[in-house]
Amino acid sequence: MARMKFLCDAERCIECNGCVTACKNENEVPWGVNRRRVVTVNDGVVGAEKSISVACMHCSDAPCMAVCPVDCFYKTADGVVLHDKDLCIGCGYCFYACPFGAPQFPQAGAFGLRGKMDKCTFCAGGPEPDRSEAEFKKYGRNRLSEGKLPACAEMCATKALLGGDGDTIADIYRQRVTVRGKGAEVWGWGTAYGPPKGGQAATGSKS
Amino acid sequence: MSGRTVVAIVAALGLVALGGCGEKPQASSFKQGKYQGKPDTPPWDNAPLAYTSNSVNKWTKGDQKSWTDEIKTRNKFQNEYVRIGD
Repeated sequence: MARMKFLCDAERCIECNGCVTACKNENEVPWGVNRRRVVTVNDGVVGAEKSISVACMHCSDAPCMAVCPVDCFYKTADGVVLHDKDLCIGCGYCFYACPFGAPQFPQAGAFGLRGKMDKCTFCAGGPEPDRSEAEFKKYGRNRLSEGKLPACAEMCATKALLGGDGDTIADIYRQRVTVRGKGAEVWGWGTAYGPPKGGQAATGSKS
Repeated sequence: MSGRTVVAIVAALGLVALGGCGEKPQASSFKQGKYQGKPDTPPWDNAPLAYTSNSVNKWTKGDQKSWTDEIKTRNKFQNEYVRIGD
């Protein structure tokens, strides 16, 4: 069974925000809400700047599900964490519980009211008939029901952002870092990927 | 105060002091939310589109395994080592 996950390769992300734009466009996300965003650390420091694209990570043990007072979250059979907007009361508990800041709240009201929570759906829609107008308006496009993967990952130009079956994208990433070639200079590299091929020292220069 | 009373008081104080050594679990246990909303249909309960990434072997409506295979096939397109070779 597939377990849907995202994986962002900080060595490849060039902070182009293509994933953010793809998500906005594909799901027609309301004003003031960004389901995905790019976070940059050491901004402007030459050689140390790294970017990573962050959205809902569809946790295996999701804290948002645990804290929701109206139990509007559910997890699909393929591991995607979704919620029912008809039940959501916009309390914001999930926002505080989430370590990634994934839950977002539209603030378009005249009195600064907090609307119903909106977050990344892994392009899997929500609890409305699949591919229906109602589903699109509330949750965005249901690409999984079309046999497609999230628009952000498929749009990523450098393929820094991988999305899909956890085992498959882990295989892609493992092959990538093995080809990239690193070794003891990266903590835990040998543990994760084994010794360098042929007993040769790693040739990678970046760490 | 008799010797027996003193011993009893000391023993009682000892028991009270030992009570401080007891430890209750500090972390609350995780409680999985019980979803109360509307049911959702799984993605494999939809007919495939006219064009899919695996147009030769499209998934069968209602068959989870064939849909998963379709997704995994599409997943592998994200690996440029496979697309363009090593």
